Amino acid sequence: MFKKLTTGLTLALLLATGGVHAAGGEGYVKDHAFSFEGPFGSYDQEQLRRGLKIYTEVCSSCHGMKFVPIRSLGDEGGPHLSKEEVRAYASDFIEVWDQDLNDGEGDYREAVPADHFPKGGNANAPDLSLMAKARAGFHGPAGTGINQLVKGMGGAEYIMSLLTGYTGNEKTSAGVTLYENTAYPGGWISMGPPLEDELVEFEDGHMNDLQHLSEDISAFLMWTAEPKLNDRKRAGTVGVLILGFLTLLLYLANKQLWRPIKYRKD
Amino acid sequence: MGGIPHDHYEPKSKATKAINSRLPIIGLLYDTLMIPTPKNLNWMWIWGIVLTFCLAMQIVTGVVLVMHYTPHVDLAFASIEHIMRDVNGGHMIRYFHMNGASLFFIAVYAHMFRGLYYGSYKAPREITWIIGMLIYLLMMATGFLGYVLPWGQMSFHGTAVITGLFGAIPFIGEPLQTWLLGASAVGQPALNRFFSLHYLLPFLIAGLVIVHIWAFHTTGNNNPTGVEVRRGSKAEAAKDTLPFWPYFVVKDLFALGLIMTVFMAIVGFMPNYLGHPDNYIEANALVTPAHIVPEWYYLPFYAILRAFTSEVWVVQIASFVTGGIIDAKFFGVLAMFGAIAVMALAPWLDTSSVRSGRYRPMFKWWFGILVADFIFLMWLGARPAEEPYATFSLIGATYWFAYFLVILPLLGVLEKPSTPPATIEDDFNAKHGAVGAADAAQPAE
Repeated sequence: MFKKLTTGLTLALLLATGGVHAAGGEGYVKDHAFSFEGPFGSYDQEQLRRGLKIYTEVCSSCHGMKFVPIRSLGDEGGPHLSKEEVRAYASDFIEVWDQDLNDGEGDYREAVPADHFPKGGNANAPDLSLMAKARAGFHGPAGTGINQLVKGMGGAEYIMSLLTGYTGNEKTSAGVTLYENTAYPGGWISMGPPLEDELVEFEDGHMNDLQHLSEDISAFLMWTAEPKLNDRKRAGTVGVLILGFLTLLLYLANKQLWRPIKYRKD
Repeated sequence: MGGIPHDHYEPKSKATKAINSRLPIIGLLYDTLMIPTPKNLNWMWIWGIVLTFCLAMQIVTGVVLVMHYTPHVDLAFASIEHIMRDVNGGHMIRYFHMNGASLFFIAVYAHMFRGLYYGSYKAPREITWIIGMLIYLLMMATGFLGYVLPWGQMSFHGTAVITGLFGAIPFIGEPLQTWLLGASAVGQPALNRFFSLHYLLPFLIAGLVIVHIWAFHTTGNNNPTGVEVRRGSKAEAAKDTLPFWPYFVVKDLFALGLIMTVFMAIVGFMPNYLGHPDNYIEANALVTPAHIVPEWYYLPFYAILRAFTSEVWVVQIASFVTGGIIDAKFFGVLAMFGAIAVMALAPWLDTSSVRSGRYRPMFKWWFGILVADFIFLMWLGARPAEEPYATFSLIGATYWFAYFLVILPLLGVLEKPSTPPATIEDDFNAKHGAVGAADAAQPAE
C-alpha cells in the first residue's frame, strides 16, 4: 500500500509543481530543441559567441546584464573567448561609470574584464542577466510540466517565442505604442520587434534569418543566467554514477547481512 | 535507557573505564546505536535516517552559504548571484540547499503518514508524536524564513502575504505584524531578522530531534504490526528484535543511497524544477507577481487557508456569533493552524484498540482517502483562487478535519479489527518462512 502512496505523493509533487507554472503563463510558448536541454545537454560555444554578438549589437542598447562579469566570457563552457579577446571586448564595447570615492565625482572609462556588464540604458528595459531563468516556457504536455522536468524550465524557449512572436499589429494606448506578440502574457508588449532577418552579420557567414538570430540570442541568455550549466550536469552525471554504485554495494551488503536472519533454520 | 531489556555497555579497557566512570558518553552512544529494534520494520521506517541526513546537509550547506551571503535589501539578490557565479562550487552548494528543503519535506510527509497509518502516535508514543509535530512546525517556519533570503519577487511578496496572515488576528493583528517585520512593511529589518532566525531554528530542530529520538528509544520503535516487543527477559526480547547496528543502519543507508541518487539527478539536471521562475527577478515592492504561490510543501495548508471564504456558511456563522471578530481571513488562518493541530491531537482522537492500520479494514479506506485528499489539496493550493477550485478546496479541507475529528473517534467504535499476530517474531517468520525446514535449500536471489 505504501509503495502506491509514495508513488502517489511523488506524482502529486510533479503535477502540483507543474501546475504552479501552468498558472503563470498565458502566452504561447513554442517548444524548441536547444543543445543544452536534457541531462547530457551542453552549451554550443559557437552559438554563444553568435549570441554575444547579437546582444552587443542589438539588445545592449537598452538592456543591461549587471550580474554578469565580463571576465566570464572567457570561461570554459561559455563563449570561451581568449584572454586577449575578453580584454578587447571589454575596452571596445563597454564603458563603465567610475566614481571617485572621495568626492562622488566620476567619469566614464573603458571597461576591463573585472567589471560587470553595465545596467541597461533604458529604465523600462529589464535586466537580461537572469531572464532565461526568470521565465518559464513550454509546460506541456497538457500543462503537466513533464517537458520541463526532462528538458529544463524553458526560459530560452520563452525568449525565442517572444522574439519570433510578433504579429505586426500595433496599437497606441495612453501614448505608448504596443506591439502584438503571441508569446507575451496579455498579448501586447511595449518593446518593438528587436530582431529582423539579416540584422546581424557573422564572419563565418552563419545563417542570420530571424529564426536563427532568435535561437542564438536565447541560448546566449540561457548561458548568462546559468553559466555553470555544463559543470553542473557533469557533476550530476558523476554524482549519480558514484551514488548509484555506492547504493549497489549497500544493497548487496544489506542482502548479505539479513540473509542468515531471514532464512535461518531453527 | 530503553524499556526493552538488552545488554548494556561494559567498559573493558582501562581508558574506557576511566572515561565512562566520569562521563558515561561511550555507554550512551553504545546503547543508542545498539538499541533493540523490531526486526519486522518495513521500508517506511527508513525516513528517520533520511530526515537526519537532510538536517545535517541543510546545516552544512547553509553554513557555507552564509559565508558568502549578504543580508541587505540592495545586496542580497546580487550576493546569491555571486554564490552562483564566483564561489567555488557555489552553484552546487546552493542547489543542494534549495532542493534539500524539498527532499526534507518529502521525507517528513512520508514519515508522518507512516506514523498515521501504523498508529505510531498512539500510547505510549504520544510525546514522540508531539515532539515530531513541533519539529514539523519549526521546519515550516525555517523553510519560509529561508525562502525570503534570496530576495526575489516570490520571496518578497510571499513574505508580505504570509506575515499578512498574522495581521488577520483580531485586535493585536496589526501591531503583531509590525512587530514581526520590524516595520510596517517587508524591508531591511525583516530581512535581517529572518536571516538570523533562519540560522537559529535549525539548531532548535536538532535539539528537538535528539528529544524525539530519546522519546522513542524509551518506548521502543513501533512496527508494522503495532504489537509491542516482549519484554519479559533479554532472551525473549531478542526474539523480536535485532540491534540497530548493523542491521538497520545498513538497511537505512541503502535506502538513503537510493534516495540520494535520485536527489543528485534532480540537483544536477533539473535544479529549478521545484522552484518558481519569479524568484529569479529581484524583489520589487511596486510590481506584484501575477500569482503568488508558496513552495510546494505548503500548498495543502495554503489550500485550506484559502478554502474558507466569506461565502461559506460556517464562516458566516462564526462571524455572526463573534460579532464580526472572526472574519473570513482570520477563520482561514485558524483553519490552517487547526489542520495541523488536529493532526497533533491524533493520539487522543483515535479510539481504536488496535494500533496498526494493517489490521483495521475500514480505517485503511479512510486513510487512503486522507492521503488522496492531501495530494488533492496540494494541487489545489497552486490553482488560482476561483471556481471550481474554491469549492474543491472546501471539500478537501472538510475531509481533512472530518478524518481527525469524526472518523478517527468513530472508527474505534464501529470497526471490527482483525487480529494482529501474537508476537513480532511470528510476523517476521510468517513473512520469511523461517520456521522449520521450509527453506532447506538456499533461497534463490
